[in-house]
Amino acid sequence: MKLFPVRGGVHPDYRKERTAEAAIVALPLPKALYLPLQQHIGAPAEAVVEAGQRVLKGQLLALAGGPVSAPVHAPTSGLVAAIATMTAPHPSGLAQPTIILEPDGREEWAALPPPIPDPFAADPAVIRARVADCGIVGMGGATFPSAVKLALGTEHKLDILLLNGAECEPYLTCDDRLMRERAEAVLDGARIMAHALGAARVVVAIEANKPQALEIMARAAAALADVTVVKVPAQYPMGSERHLVQAITGRETPARKLTADLGVVVHNVATAQAVREAVRFGRPLLSRVVTVSGGAVAHPANVEAPLGALVSDLVDFCGGLTTPPRQVVNGGPMMGQPLPSLAVPVVKGMSGILALTAAETNEQPSEPCIRCGTCVTICPCGLVPVEMAAFIRKEDIDGAARLGVQDCVSCGSCSYICPAHIPLVHFFNYAKGRLAEKAREARRTDRVRQLVEVHNTRLDKLAAARAAQAAAVEAARAEAAKATGATGQGGAS
Amino acid sequence: MLIAVGSMALMGGVLGGVLGLASRYLAVKENPLEQELQSLLPGANCAQCGYVGCGQAAAALARGEAPVTLCPPGGKAVAERLARKLGVKADLSGQVDKEPEFALIDEDLCIGCTRCIRECTADAILGAPKQMHTVLLDNCHGCAKCFKVCPTEAIKMCKVPVTLSEWHWDSPQAHSGRLH
Ligand code: SF4
Ligand code: SF4
Repeated sequence: MKLFPVRGGVHPDYRKERTAEAAIVALPLPKALYLPLQQHIGAPAEAVVEAGQRVLKGQLLALAGGPVSAPVHAPTSGLVAAIATMTAPHPSGLAQPTIILEPDGREEWAALPPPIPDPFAADPAVIRARVADCGIVGMGGATFPSAVKLALGTEHKLDILLLNGAECEPYLTCDDRLMRERAEAVLDGARIMAHALGAARVVVAIEANKPQALEIMARAAAALADVTVVKVPAQYPMGSERHLVQAITGRETPARKLTADLGVVVHNVATAQAVREAVRFGRPLLSRVVTVSGGAVAHPANVEAPLGALVSDLVDFCGGLTTPPRQVVNGGPMMGQPLPSLAVPVVKGMSGILALTAAETNEQPSEPCIRCGTCVTICPCGLVPVEMAAFIRKEDIDGAARLGVQDCVSCGSCSYICPAHIPLVHFFNYAKGRLAEKAREARRTDRVRQLVEVHNTRLDKLAAARAAQAAAVEAARAEAAKATGATGQGGAS
Repeated sequence: MLIAVGSMALMGGVLGGVLGLASRYLAVKENPLEQELQSLLPGANCAQCGYVGCGQAAAALARGEAPVTLCPPGGKAVAERLARKLGVKADLSGQVDKEPEFALIDEDLCIGCTRCIRECTADAILGAPKQMHTVLLDNCHGCAKCFKVCPTEAIKMCKVPVTLSEWHWDSPQAHSGRLH
């Protein structure tokens, strides 16, 4: 298959060798599981269980809180100890409602929805409903509810489901292992998704630095006429949806449009496997593979952990920490976000837990920009990081927006490459947050104004009605007075 | 009797005519800039800016007597819109956004006097005479007018909590003083 060049990008030190050969191992069941109600983009889920209730494996714990949301299920059987607030695995360290489940070790399954016998003959809506009910979200880290993304086929004419096996972030090997160990399951899930989307073809894109995965997937796909496995160059951020689509189709997704507008939808390999479990066996999303790595971890590994296990459980399982880490990151080192502590749970979108040493994080004080222009050359989105940062430094967020800061995918390439160590992507994350906040504030002001207008018209109407009533009463009285006046004129005067 | 009715009607007619003519000839010219500015303000007449209401605030803005940062509930968003309309460069860096608030009624202290309901211009308070009142969070925009009139101090202004999806990184300059 012909590939197309992608602009910019960097070549970080991949450091995948530490876990690339570590087969997926299951985490022994921890003493307690902590299941946050928000593990996805969209509205938080709403708990449907109560403290003290016994639940079975796979039982629904929290319902989706809206059309863009995802339910949460019990990863094992046990007792709901409490529904409490707990630090989220999020850089803010904000607390969020969390269901605390104490496993009883019996692994008793709840009654699951029946398997869909022939998914390729099923109505796409049935598959979408199943994926939604099973709480599946984008497992590459975006955590967007998958069922919503699978509905793109209803409005767009799609021809390719692009299965993202690029895994371009350094350190991470969970997708690599999944493709090597469960190739058939991944491809089956991908083909089911393609059917749900109405896409005729599946293209699996894998970076060249994963030769075994490429080979195994190619072998598994050999018998399938509709699946092509493609080797894409190892170039960060190849795994970004838009860039992967560009490499495969040669077309750039316009700003603020979707790849679906080009007829392509991208899903992650782990999501594909979860979809297969849901469709073929009725099993909701209960666990995920997490790469535990970084210089401070004694024995880096790929761990299949039930959702809700604590990060510290996984780290202990990997032999604990050899030195105090400089930073613990959720995800990869380029785009991952720092974790507030180790006492936070594994969630659906957590692909990696990296305990990085000071040498690995390589933090250095930033210096004045030397105007080398490297950030401009490497920005895969064709933006001008140095210029945008200058605007943001002056708090001119709108100026940065005019330069397209909203098109920045926060890949971190510019921060990585900048010889002056300027935290460029940090500026852009801030600016994007501010822009979203401003949009929210503007919506709120408009809403208040609307409410006030409604209020005022109502008061006006009320006043008018009162006046009319008063006038009517007055008229009636005058009428009555006239009547009595006409009959009793003589007597009165 | 007829004389009474007739004279009242006549007086009404004449006075009405005078008022009508007065409103035609003595009309206050509406300043279009003022109106535009007023349309940018929230319109809740909460008086936190120090003016009686949004109309007066807009007038002061139009005369150049008030800074664009005058509206606390509107925050930076409103200040920026005003600055753009007036074509002034506002230094908003010094303006600390007042954190959004909402009113909470302590149900044990509420005596159901309905004073807060009459104050609320956003229809955010539900209740009936002698019955406990409550605030609709979605409608409350934290203008604190109800807070000021409550005779039993049953109303508290609370900070709207930041949610995970609303949180964002602070500027890198916020912490390390001077970053390049
Ligand atoms: S500006 Fe954004 S998209 Fe461009 S390199 Fe920097 S982080 Fe990546
Ligand atoms: S890479 Fe860094 S030093 Fe070079 S132009 Fe960009 S911001 Fe300036």
